[in-house]
Amino acid sequence: MLIEGNIHIVGDNVDTDVIIPGRYLSLTDPKEIAKHIFEGVEPEFVKRVKPGDIIVAGRNFGSGSSREHAVIGLKALGISAIVAKSFARIFYRNAINVGLPIFISPQLVEFLEKMEIRGVGSFIKSTDLKIRIYAESGEIEFLDKKFRSTALPTFIQDIIASGGIIEWAKKRLGR
Amino acid sequence: MKQTIAEKILSKKNIERKEVKAGDIILGKPDVILINDASGPLTFIQFRNIGAKKVADPQSVIVVLDHFSPPPSLSAAEAFKETRKFVQEYEIPNFFEIGKGGIEHTLLPEKGFIKPGSLIIGGDSHTCTYGAFNAFGTGLGSTDIAVALALGYTWFLVPESQRFKFEGRRMPFVSGKDLILRVIKDIGVDGATYQSMEFTGNGLLQFNIDEYMALCNMAVEAGAKTGIVEANENIAKWAVSKFGDLPELIKADENAEYINSIEYNLSEIDEPLVAKPHSPGNVVNISEVEGIHVDQVYIGNCANGTLTDLRQAAFVLKGRNVAKGTRLIVVPATQQIYKQAIKEGLIDIFLEAGASISTPTCGACFGGHMGLLSDGEVAIATTNRNFRGRMGSAKAEIYLANAFVAAASAVTGYITNPKKVVDWEEAKKFVYGDHNVN
Repeated sequence: MLIEGNIHIVGDNVDTDVIIPGRYLSLTDPKEIAKHIFEGVEPEFVKRVKPGDIIVAGRNFGSGSSREHAVIGLKALGISAIVAKSFARIFYRNAINVGLPIFISPQLVEFLEKMEIRGVGSFIKSTDLKIRIYAESGEIEFLDKKFRSTALPTFIQDIIASGGIIEWAKKRLGR
Repeated sequence: MKQTIAEKILSKKNIERKEVKAGDIILGKPDVILINDASGPLTFIQFRNIGAKKVADPQSVIVVLDHFSPPPSLSAAEAFKETRKFVQEYEIPNFFEIGKGGIEHTLLPEKGFIKPGSLIIGGDSHTCTYGAFNAFGTGLGSTDIAVALALGYTWFLVPESQRFKFEGRRMPFVSGKDLILRVIKDIGVDGATYQSMEFTGNGLLQFNIDEYMALCNMAVEAGAKTGIVEANENIAKWAVSKFGDLPELIKADENAEYINSIEYNLSEIDEPLVAKPHSPGNVVNISEVEGIHVDQVYIGNCANGTLTDLRQAAFVLKGRNVAKGTRLIVVPATQQIYKQAIKEGLIDIFLEAGASISTPTCGACFGGHMGLLSDGEVAIATTNRNFRGRMGSAKAEIYLANAFVAAASAVTGYITNPKKVVDWEEAKKFVYGDHNVN
């Protein structure tokens, strides 16, 4: 699978309260949740995002709460993948569970940090630069350069191959 | 095999009952599956998507209405209705309605659901709080909880562990909260990602079980999967008073493999700590932030709304008033704590000081309701997160501290070292009774 999109760049330790404030946790409709993504820090972000766009983040993306609303909202907003230096544990698991592709590539993120990229926004810098991710190999292309991302553990690859954790559970329930 | 506490507990809960080590992926059966109103409705949708006819082990499931309790909006009321419907349909016996329980992580041990050696998963990141009771608690997302409901087990990556040892003499006005703030300051907010933080050392005997909750509650703020206090005399005493007999207590083997060990001399943590905006890792000594005006003081949450916290705050507020230009919100964590606080006269002290006292709820701590901050406001709270926008406006600022500090700040209207308001020798008698506190 090839994932291609414009990138939006954020820094280290972006937490789940910043992604979706607690007051919206009573919502369950992904479209409604998506309206409030990054509302407090970058209210215009939801208008800037186009389907297929990719978030590039620093260390510890998605730290804090277990709220699955964060991954559901990002996915419903049209974000096709997140590339980060590292992810917080529960966010990482939630993303895999709901099928939001995530890639760990410190090399790409550090490369972008060194370039002085212009973009729109203060908390989130939105750019018209594209990256391409080859999901199977984990290879990421940016400009004329190629970057590696860390492979997922085999067990997690099996869950993804089953079609996600819900399908995995269905299969086991049928046993 | 030499095992850490996490490896020992997961070995017992592994459905294959085999000894496990860090890095193994296992299928484990949790003793408790916790569901709340904030993550529950998404769990119910996914549970139905799996197509399970029944919950695998209804006895293990505990449902608590606490986040939006009582509901401040129609969508929250709807979430509550969905939750009650699920409880009824799948015959979940342990359900805590508004007015019947309180904040989940304080409530579950109070009601006797948490034992040393238990494995608890919850649709809430602060499920790691149960480490205070020598148990392995970990937070998961809604979909993971749905899978565990349907199957009765789920997958776990056995974590690597870090060990934090506390020795030496406890200093005045330093509480369990300060221990974890100090650790997060040292290792950073991703310093223990996916790991188990194991707390040990004789120094911990000078802190009580309520304070162990504060210590373990914020393990997730360092990215950890869980935080666990090694079995000690305090935990043994608590277990005997709770269950009548002594359950098996879990200690790490000597020479168990830790990827990092840090030893603290408690006498060097010589004043309360404060986390500055907007990160729980942005920790400084209180002397660096004294004098900052606070609009709101919040005493409560899933680890710091205990009787110990309320006693700490009440001693400082006794016979004093909340400063003009500042407001104080006090939230006892459970109905039982609320009742005991009335009995001990703590609630009277808060009322006379001019505090607003709320029914047990996660409310303002997670930015749901009951005390949100507006643009430009500054708060000091005994809660666990000061992320941007956590308690309302993203233009507000939140400082985190222990209950002595929060109460002293309410009295003066600015961040204040409690030693400037009250005397430690008197305070420790009032708060800890005959507990072994220096």
